[in-house]
Amino acid sequence: MNGIHDMGGMHGMGPIEVREDERPFHAEWEARAWGLIRATGPFGPTRRRNFRYEHEILPPAQYLQMQYYERFIKVLVDRLMAAKLLTQAELDGGRADPASPRSTARVTPANIAEQLARRRSLRREDVKIRPQFKVGQRVRARNINPVGHTRLPRYMRGHRGTIVADQGVFDFQDTDAEGYTLPDRPQHVYTVGFTARELWGEAANARDMVHAELWEDYLDRA
Amino acid sequence: MANAPDKPVGRRKFLSDAAAGAAGLVAAPHIASATPADLEQNQGHQAVPSDVALRVKALESILVEKGMIDPATIDAVIETYESKVGPRNGARVIAKAWVDPAYRKRLLADGTSAIAELGYGGSQGEHMVVVENTATVHNLVVCTLCSCYPWPVLGLPPTWYKSAPYRSRAVIDPRGVLREFGVTLADDVSVRVWDSTAEIRYLVLPERPSGTEGMTEAALAALVTRDAMVGVAQVSRSGGGAA
Repeated sequence: MNGIHDMGGMHGMGPIEVREDERPFHAEWEARAWGLIRATGPFGPTRRRNFRYEHEILPPAQYLQMQYYERFIKVLVDRLMAAKLLTQAELDGGRADPASPRSTARVTPANIAEQLARRRSLRREDVKIRPQFKVGQRVRARNINPVGHTRLPRYMRGHRGTIVADQGVFDFQDTDAEGYTLPDRPQHVYTVGFTARELWGEAANARDMVHAELWEDYLDRA
Repeated sequence: MANAPDKPVGRRKFLSDAAAGAAGLVAAPHIASATPADLEQNQGHQAVPSDVALRVKALESILVEKGMIDPATIDAVIETYESKVGPRNGARVIAKAWVDPAYRKRLLADGTSAIAELGYGGSQGEHMVVVENTATVHNLVVCTLCSCYPWPVLGLPPTWYKSAPYRSRAVIDPRGVLREFGVTLADDVSVRVWDSTAEIRYLVLPERPSGTEGMTEAALAALVTRDAMVGVAQVSRSGGGAA
């Protein structure tokens, strides 16, 4: 979707604020929020909306105003409510409804280390597909504007670049308009290099490049 | 700052405060219980800071009551990201690459495997690519669409990396961004920006500073900063060290 999250190339966001003391967490609530997110085991329906998409559909003003961990908590709360495991009344009161069902935590101190270290690869070593493009080939990023989740940034659409590397076959991450991943469509993902001038015009330095990983469905021969 | 860098947050106190905090969700003026850290974190935002802190407390307390979460698991997660996973890991990788040409070659050819040799891998480090800075090439890593970052080698991203100013400008004005971080590049140096749009995560192999020829691998690792491994800084002989 053409949302506020897709902000590459935008102006007006202000200076980059660097804190003297850059630690993982700057307040207790940030640490607890991150811990909550990682410690919450699987719940609700097995067919889930794309997690990133759930961030992307936040209204732009809200997205920009929220802090990083706050957005994660918002998405977790939305998911819990959608799964009917949490109500607004409970959240407002800070207490679980005594009548609500009790469960047993699936992520525990005993298995959390293994959970955090687990590789979650989307690469499909099992799928052999002939790549449509090869390293050095010229390609053009398609001009597409899907309303669901996509990994093709707006600033690259319609522009010509060069295949720098073939990263192998990965599951496609784009979703439908509801945020559900499109049916099984594994395909090659390529690192594509664009000159800064191709993306931003003649004022850019002729030596500069911008790269991204793009799924085959985002590319045409150029 | 409310907490010293190496001091874990007060989690027991946090939990015991949870009920009181949650009760205050409705009644108390939100600003009253904001910590200085909350307020500082909130600079540049208009939201009332303690609102989210109270919401997180309430949520934890409810999920613990329902049995969905064990607070000790949350403690373990925090402990992991505060003291086990962080830029020190990446600094070890870089220092080894500086002193061991065969390792450097493996690292540039297959980042994931070479990093795994030092015991680092897992979530958000499944597919690592290492890009090398030279006298004529400077690499810069960003995630314009969200905040993707190589956790196993760098830990959780700093606030600026996740911020709209960095995400929006790194691709259109990398040289301006670098100047803000104090790095001025000559026009004949090529800037290569890597936008982490898919599953590949990037680590920058900075240039080894001159005058460090006699230094040990451990001493070299102490010079390598998190910022240098993202590409917004260069490594200097006086160092700074990855936090």
